[in-house]
Amino acid sequence: MPPTAVATTGLTKRFGHQVAVDGIDLEAPVGAVYGFLGPNGSGKTTTIRMLLGLVAPTAGGVRILGEPMPAGAGRVLPRVGALVEGPAFHPYLSGRANLARLDAADRTSDPRTSRRRVDAALDRVGLLAAAGKRYRAYSLGMRQRLAIGAALLQPRDLLVLDEPTNGLDPQGTREVRTLVGSLADEGSTVLVSSHLLSEVEQMCSHVGVMHVGRLLAQGTVTDIRRTTDVGATIETDQPQEAARVLRELGLRDVRTGHGSATGVLGEVAPEKVVAACVHAGIPVLGFRVESPSLEDVFVSLTGEGFDVSG
Amino acid sequence: MSVAEAVRRPRPRVVSTRLLRSELRLIFTRRRNIAGMGVLAAVPVLIAVAIRLSSPGRDGGGPDFFSSVTENGLFVAMAALTLELPLFLPLAVAAISGDSVAGEANLGTLRYLLVVPVARARLLGVKYAAIAVFALAAAMVVTTVGVVLGLVLFGGGDMTLLSGSQVGFLSGVARVLAATCYIAACLSALGAVGLFVSSLTEQPIGATVAILVFSTASFILDSIPQVSWLHPFLLTHHWLAFGDLFRAPVAWDGLTSGLYVAAAYAAVFWLAAWARFLTKDVTS
Repeated sequence: MPPTAVATTGLTKRFGHQVAVDGIDLEAPVGAVYGFLGPNGSGKTTTIRMLLGLVAPTAGGVRILGEPMPAGAGRVLPRVGALVEGPAFHPYLSGRANLARLDAADRTSDPRTSRRRVDAALDRVGLLAAAGKRYRAYSLGMRQRLAIGAALLQPRDLLVLDEPTNGLDPQGTREVRTLVGSLADEGSTVLVSSHLLSEVEQMCSHVGVMHVGRLLAQGTVTDIRRTTDVGATIETDQPQEAARVLRELGLRDVRTGHGSATGVLGEVAPEKVVAACVHAGIPVLGFRVESPSLEDVFVSLTGEGFDVSG
Repeated sequence: MSVAEAVRRPRPRVVSTRLLRSELRLIFTRRRNIAGMGVLAAVPVLIAVAIRLSSPGRDGGGPDFFSSVTENGLFVAMAALTLELPLFLPLAVAAISGDSVAGEANLGTLRYLLVVPVARARLLGVKYAAIAVFALAAAMVVTTVGVVLGLVLFGGGDMTLLSGSQVGFLSGVARVLAATCYIAACLSALGAVGLFVSSLTEQPIGATVAILVFSTASFILDSIPQVSWLHPFLLTHHWLAFGDLFRAPVAWDGLTSGLYVAAAYAAVFWLAAWARFLTKDVTS
């Protein structure tokens, strides 16, 4: 087993003068659910196209499951399921016929089990009932499901899912999240890109944050969160007194609110805060440690919001 | 479905016809293509019925099969092929070959085929094989309808060749089949041009128009005597040489030259498509 499922070194892509991807060193360990985050236009999809050998890098290299790409595509891609930039199928074929065509194109797949695997994939994404319908009659959400189903025609060591929840309703989004979880449980590494931070936050073990073609931060979700300040809030009817204790403990940016005092923990252990307040005779009504959301992390990394970057 | 299971995947088969079969199913079940085949089949019907209802008489270039139709029904097929060769048959091949890569790129299915993975050279090979099969099928549709209807309306029997001598019925059928295969080979060469054009763009209609412009320009240049030095190199120059099969003895010169030209065009344009497509960024 290779130590990393996806690894790039100095991966760069220029289209004319525009640098779409700028020297990124992406690293997704085997077994990880890697959230590849960034606003629209930040270079996620171009990176994914390079990972899969669709687009040739201007500079840098890619290794997938230990094999160099695109040289090892024939060996490694049968072990990779991919959803790239939305679903794309033949509109006048049924969902089932479309998957059968993709299965027929795979020289490693067994024709005898084709029918069964196609139906299993359709079932897994909840499309079995609509399998005979023409693709053109599918709704956006059904199309998205079919594309995910295509990635599941075979057992995969790696799944690359580009914006898998696009066009799905809340129920569908939840199903995708559950699906990603169960794929990870089965031992697959999953690389999932998204521009919706909150959605990815809940299912990922690792994240990489893209912004204008650069990979700003990468690591486990816990490590990434740690790079941003964690806040602690004491609820009390004596906020001024509490604020004084917090300052004495060494918390930064201490503010008072209605019935509360808040500060940035820094190096201070959270459990010490309550003890110190109680010791100072302040009635503690409640205590919260607020981990920053990935959105907070992103704002602190880029100095701007999660909008389209040009 | 575990990783261990995934690792035990069988080795890829060296030869698999599944993708080609899928490709052919895609071509021959598409309504647009079925309608196109219907148009190709309508021409021999028109010819046979029109000649049956009136007395024959026609002057003009190309092998004159029309005056022979009433003597032997097999000539309906040849007359139909002659009429369809300048436009209808090239149009059919242009539609299919123009759609081959550009159509998949336009739908976005190209990226999914490539990550299956289908090696790019293999994809071009399968696409081209499907184009060649289609070219043969298109020519065969015209021939089959022409032969069947011709035999029904005008009867068969010994065939009087264009050179005046007579051959038996079976020899006549063999000559008709050989002519059909020759035309299919010529059309396949146009299909290679189409494959190349199709690999340049994401617009199948644009590709189809460009291919048709290519074949039509070739016909036009072939009819301008002032550029006669160019004629032997034109893709379409030898296309009508299939008429030479209906002489005794068969005049092979035009036919063999035609096959050489077709093979040269097919090889050059297939390689051009390969060179272009092998390193192309697929951003569709």
